[in-house]
Amino acid sequence: MKLQTGMTKQDLNPDIWVDSYSDYLFNYAVSRVNDSEIAKDLVQETFFAGLKSAKNFKGEAAERTWLISILKRKVIDHYRKINSKKAKSMIRITQNQNSEANSNYLEEQVADPMSLLENSQLENEELGMAIQECIAKLPKKHALAFTLKTINGLSTEEVCKELDINPSNLWVILHRARTVLMDCLNNNWFKI
Amino acid sequence: MKSCKDVEIICTKIQYKEASLLEKIKIKLHVLFCKTCKTFSKKNTELTSLCSQANIKTLPIEEKEKMKTELKSRT
Repeated sequence: MKLQTGMTKQDLNPDIWVDSYSDYLFNYAVSRVNDSEIAKDLVQETFFAGLKSAKNFKGEAAERTWLISILKRKVIDHYRKINSKKAKSMIRITQNQNSEANSNYLEEQVADPMSLLENSQLENEELGMAIQECIAKLPKKHALAFTLKTINGLSTEEVCKELDINPSNLWVILHRARTVLMDCLNNNWFKI
Repeated sequence: MKSCKDVEIICTKIQYKEASLLEKIKIKLHVLFCKTCKTFSKKNTELTSLCSQANIKTLPIEEKEKMKTELKSRT
């Protein structure tokens, strides 16, 4: 008797990697290395490494999860590299330029334990990933229209030109995209 | 009276500050009587603020095209 596992094996599909996952991976990388040039290179390296080790992909995880796990390694490698470059015995103290106190006492520069700022930064990062996951579920054209208009802030005219559609089409597409996104984010993020 | 679908589309326009004054007035009137559109409008505004709060970064289209050709050349 054949056992039904309920899991279908996934295949890798490198042709869609850039369109489907590059923004998601880029966002992940940027939040960890804080530099968009480095982040871009890490994403590119991730794709290459993915191609190289495609035979190791067992099809158990989703493609995106698999790529993220490669990117995680790349981020760690990046920090190892920059850490091995600087002298190990040197203690680096970054003077806080924005500090109002403008004093030389380090005690005045430690993080405020009562501050909620770091929490909200973490939360926003998660929110960003959640929104990207939801955008990835949209049809390709809808996702592109939404990203160009909402996240990149292009004008209606520019988006229409890019997608070769007229403004009323664009508004219908944006409306549909937003409706799907609202449903997708509904359980976790909406306070209403 | 505008249909709910039209109102929802105008509501989306408002999110990008591209609705005309007349459209805004129409919405205000409609929302007075229509609970569904009122909730929709609220959620839509919340989505806008969530998107700006998340500070999402994306790769420029040219960079993506470059990556695509690089990937193609290696497959």
